Amino acid sequence: MLDADFFRRWMAATAVSVDREADRLTALDSPIGDADHGSNLQRGFTAVAAALEKEPPGTPGAVLLLAARQLISTVGGASGPLYGTLLRRTGKALGDAAEVGREELAAALRAGVDAVMTLGGAAPGDKTMVDALLPAVEALGEGFAAARAAAEQGALATTPMQARKGRASYLGERSIGHQDPGATSSALLLAALAEAAGE
Amino acid sequence: MSESGRVGIVLVSHSAQVAESVAELARGLAGGGTDVPVAAAGGTEGGGLGTSAELIAAAAASVDRGAGVAVLTDLGSAVLTVKALLAEGDELPAGTRLVDAPFVEGAVAAVVTAAAGADLAAVEAAATEAYGYRKA
Repeated sequence: MLDADFFRRWMAATAVSVDREADRLTALDSPIGDADHGSNLQRGFTAVAAALEKEPPGTPGAVLLLAARQLISTVGGASGPLYGTLLRRTGKALGDAAEVGREELAAALRAGVDAVMTLGGAAPGDKTMVDALLPAVEALGEGFAAARAAAEQGALATTPMQARKGRASYLGERSIGHQDPGATSSALLLAALAEAAGE
Repeated sequence: MSESGRVGIVLVSHSAQVAESVAELARGLAGGGTDVPVAAAGGTEGGGLGTSAELIAAAAASVDRGAGVAVLTDLGSAVLTVKALLAEGDELPAGTRLVDAPFVEGAVAAVVTAAAGADLAAVEAAATEAYGYRKA
């Protein structure tokens, strides 16, 4: 079973990996975006880690709600409300339970990804974070390592896609050939989840 | 309607200068001395280009006179941040609405309509209607 401590480890591991990969995320965001994805998420997850450290919430749902609020208020780019919505809806779906199973987390994350798709209007194949998140959530039923692998595959698969959402969509066919930064950071989030699970 | 009952207008842009200038333009075209509460929430708290949830929430609170708040945005993260704040439920004053409108034209229409004492629904309708004005 996964308790609040597990979810705090997940967020802390995400903060560490976003910090480590910030330059790569920004580099990916340079040719097709506005070159701020790494620094924006670095600021957001640093705030998440600090808030969770300062006042550790007692349930998995509360951990994700606090993290979501930090992301929405500190990121400053579209990834803030998008990741904030992902974690907020996931946290709400987990309710007040003190511990949740992997299957419950998979169902809650699915609700979170649905909320992201509604907020941003993105569908699979649009070259967005959805292309990493959706296969990962579907693979989470098999295990954390499978979810991480599916997210990585999903992020790599965005390279030949043409962007249909966000700033990259203005580039039309010129967006082809670049891996999507949002899908890449989503793969980091899933890798951190597997890390927290010890897989 | 009393002055205290005016609909508030919040203008959210990636740029502080754009938000401020559009607010100034809308106030000016509404007849200068208008008492419509208009607030700009542009850029990040550090003065860079982007969107700040804090600045948006503060702007909305500052123009709330109890008659609702119409929020107009430019694009991308400005739209998504307002939507996410509305979904939070308690970040923005009750009766705050994201208005689907062109930023400049919608802002002018919203401020002019609010200055006439219209309610939130009428302000929203006027701002959205600005999409219908074709330029070529």
